[in-house]
Amino acid sequence: MSEYSCFDIIGPVMVGPSSSHTAGAVRLGRFARAIAGELPQQVEILLHGSFAKTYKGHGTDLALLGGMLGMETDDVRIRDSYRLADEAGLRYQFVPADLGDGYHANTAKFVMTTAAGETKTVVGCSVGGGKVLITELDGFPVEIEGMYPTIIDTHLDQPGVIHCITGVLMAYQVNIATMKVFRQEKHTVAYMVLETDQEVTAEAIEKIAALEPVLQVKFIKPF
Amino acid sequence: MVIGSVETLIQLAHENHSSIGLAMVKQEAAAKQCTEAEVLQQMNKNWQVMKESIATGIKTPQRSKGGLIGGEGRKVYDYCRSGEKLLSGSNVMEAVSYALAVAEVNATMGRIVACPTAGSCGIVPGVLKKIQELEQLTDEQIAVALMTCAGFGMVIAYRASVSGAVGGCQAECGAAAAMAAAAAVELRNGTPEQAGQACAMVLKNVMGLVCDPVAGLVEVPCAKRNALGASLAMVMADLALAGVTSVIPADEVITAMGAVGRSLPDSLRETARGGLAVTPTGLKLHQKIFG
Repeated sequence: MSEYSCFDIIGPVMVGPSSSHTAGAVRLGRFARAIAGELPQQVEILLHGSFAKTYKGHGTDLALLGGMLGMETDDVRIRDSYRLADEAGLRYQFVPADLGDGYHANTAKFVMTTAAGETKTVVGCSVGGGKVLITELDGFPVEIEGMYPTIIDTHLDQPGVIHCITGVLMAYQVNIATMKVFRQEKHTVAYMVLETDQEVTAEAIEKIAALEPVLQVKFIKPF
Repeated sequence: MVIGSVETLIQLAHENHSSIGLAMVKQEAAAKQCTEAEVLQQMNKNWQVMKESIATGIKTPQRSKGGLIGGEGRKVYDYCRSGEKLLSGSNVMEAVSYALAVAEVNATMGRIVACPTAGSCGIVPGVLKKIQELEQLTDEQIAVALMTCAGFGMVIAYRASVSGAVGGCQAECGAAAAMAAAAAVELRNGTPEQAGQACAMVLKNVMGLVCDPVAGLVEVPCAKRNALGASLAMVMADLALAGVTSVIPADEVITAMGAVGRSLPDSLRETARGGLAVTPTGLKLHQKIFG
């Protein structure tokens, strides 16, 4: 184990009963919501491994849904997530599933339909102590922990694009903490995930979005 | 910030001419680049949540989410006030009632402070609340004691683990009890060395304790392990204050605890595939809850 703050040991403040089954699950829900951009019309949540077996007893379903409704990990309304989701007009379904080998025991897959009718998928796992790892985004493999401000973009896989994007960040004095680029095939579409030390302004994100080879860009606050 | 040994905690306290708790306040402020007052203020917020969770569990007990526990904290609290002669004494039993209450609030999806984990969240609040009442201490003094807890928790996380899935229950309720015992010693004006002794003596007594939750829920035996942790912390703090010392130094005990945790089979590390979870009754309850 590396560095600890005293508040990692005495904390977080959360609703029970389990940091991995509730606190981590809330954070996965919050991330999925951020990817959808707003509350989606409907969501199907596939539960894998231990999540599939014990989600009812731990309230993992309530926590995932609470996160999608924008709740924090210490929100006592998480208990009422089903009712609150109904009131918010979110249609939801939980499906115990076997996502296959190589998935962490506490994995959830969100298949969301946005208000605009788009399908968005997010796969993430709760790795313990409330920490999470997002492992897939719309089918692309990623690694996002959500501890830092995060920029996620898709762009054409061609020379110089990353240079242009990081150039915008330099202009806005944003330091990059980590950076990963993924692609499925050469010269098609690449996915890039940047974790930064500073918040990134909407203006900077717009500048990145305006770059020609950039197809889509999203900024996600620590969640 | 990396603090890797009890030896370091004691040394920091000596360099600071203070308790381990106050030395940790200074460390955290330096690491976070904020004032010591801000650190204590933030910790005091956690203490307020801890006190609320005790009050909720005692005043309005509820059945847990899985339905296996609920109301035991209140039962013990009432028994403490019934005039019956308590074999272990009212301080220990009241600390136990509070620890049970918080563990129950956790199991009803109520708000708690993970300390170090959700499964072991009752032990530190239970012990500190009882000592606060006993010694009439301010919330700020308790916030310092929570920093003592944090220091010992960090060392245990660094040298061993504070996760049941990695190290069994000794790593969760054991760690919490060790943290609480060390803080209890400091609240009774014991030395940093005595705080280290209390930590060592607690962990020696939970060495090998397995994590075997019935139906995989944080209910049975977790709540009662919180009762164990609170009582053990009070007793070992008293032993340390009486001048009893551990033959094996605290840091060696913690390293051993980590090694024991890693050598536990998977079935006894939170997977609900061993121990109490696979007793006939444990299996029956699992079937009843999950079908």
